Amino acid sequence: MNATLPAYNFAYLDEQTKRMIRRAILKAVAIPGYQVPFASREMPMPYGWGTGGVQVTASVIGPDDILKVIDQGSDDTTNAVSIRAFFARVANVAVTTKTVEATVIQTRHRIPETPLSEGQILVYQVPIPEPLRFLEPRETETRIMHALEEYGLMHVKLYEDIAQNGHIATTYAYPVKVEGRYVMDPSPIPKFDNPKMDDCPALQLFGAGREQRIYAIPPHTRIESLDFEDHPFRVQEFDRPCGLCGATDVYLDEIVTDDRGGRLFACSDTDYCEERRERAA
Amino acid sequence: MSFTQSQTAIDGGFLDPAFDAQGVFARLLTAISRPGTVVDLGVCCRSPAPLSMAQGALLLAIADGDTPVFVEEGSEAMAEWLAFHTGARIGEPSEAQFAIVSRPSREWLERLPLGTLAYPDRSATVLVEVESLKDGHSFTLEGPGINGTSRIVLAGLLDDFAEFRKANHALFPCGLDLVFTCGSELLALPRSTIVTEV
Repeated sequence: MNATLPAYNFAYLDEQTKRMIRRAILKAVAIPGYQVPFASREMPMPYGWGTGGVQVTASVIGPDDILKVIDQGSDDTTNAVSIRAFFARVANVAVTTKTVEATVIQTRHRIPETPLSEGQILVYQVPIPEPLRFLEPRETETRIMHALEEYGLMHVKLYEDIAQNGHIATTYAYPVKVEGRYVMDPSPIPKFDNPKMDDCPALQLFGAGREQRIYAIPPHTRIESLDFEDHPFRVQEFDRPCGLCGATDVYLDEIVTDDRGGRLFACSDTDYCEERRERAA
Repeated sequence: MSFTQSQTAIDGGFLDPAFDAQGVFARLLTAISRPGTVVDLGVCCRSPAPLSMAQGALLLAIADGDTPVFVEEGSEAMAEWLAFHTGARIGEPSEAQFAIVSRPSREWLERLPLGTLAYPDRSATVLVEVESLKDGHSFTLEGPGINGTSRIVLAGLLDDFAEFRKANHALFPCGLDLVFTCGSELLALPRSTIVTEV
């Protein structure tokens, strides 16, 4: 007998669990923006660390896939490194930090700056999948609101932003409408990334482990960020370029560089920033 | 206790269940997220009649004890095969999560689960074997998953297919998801796809 006994099934999850998640993913794709309940499993990481995304990735990934994992755009933070190492170990898949090479990209709170392509799958880690949850805490009620397409409350919330601040103050997890039907939480990505979801050639899958929901956006689906005619949706603008690569059309992180008030504004997407610097060098 | 499982029930499953199921699912996901795209599942199982190879592979990959399967013209051998490999049982149309029917028609909108407005995911996926996915009637597709419009060609459908699709799409977000199979190939038309006859 082989000395190294297999400790896990391929990609950690057992086949029964994968079948259940795969069925949920297929229904989610067939009903874009609708949150499909699924029997989320305990994973070897705490809730809030991407258990939903990990379960979706584990159910989708195959031996020929190349996986990239980002956390707030970065390939080298704890969450990204651990999840990448997890799949390299339990599924023995190739991993990369390059957006263009990856076939499956698991993300926490960013969409890569490099445009995605046909055939790629973007898996989002989602903390609270229900966009109406903070307006209506009862699941029974929000379910009816989605069923009846009753989204007035969300517009009231955005209007209150305007009444109090003069503009829509929501800057992340900015609600979107999917193909003119379901209002959906795009996960806590900055609203800067919302336009990238529209007509995206890649398949976008969303997994919420603690909340036990899976939802999806098929490729080339119409995604509109909610707004008003006199207050159209606008993304964040930055008054300076990236301090490392000089990019101007990207989302920037503010990095504290010393204890004398030094600040560096740099690309949140580390792969994009590195690519640009390599090309310039 | 006597062992009565027939050999036909045991033969013909996936050779490597974890990897074959993943391969079939990945192609199915491509098919349903890009409606109209024909994918080839390859020769990965031998399923007893009336299941075609693609239908058998799909059920092996994602059916189990939680998913009653309705077969319009079922056979004992097929029921045994399905039970042995997946644990799925043959069920009534009203409880079916997967339905294998000879042709898509409005009749199935009354007999199969369509989901509810609160839970539109609780609906059946309908599998139909057709004569060809390469020639026959042309249909234009548009909707999520399709860049602009695309075209599919199907042979062996009744005239009322376009009418069926119209009625099905009108139920959105409820409705049936369709998978057309031909040998080892399949294409999917989720409920969100708008189908018009050319």
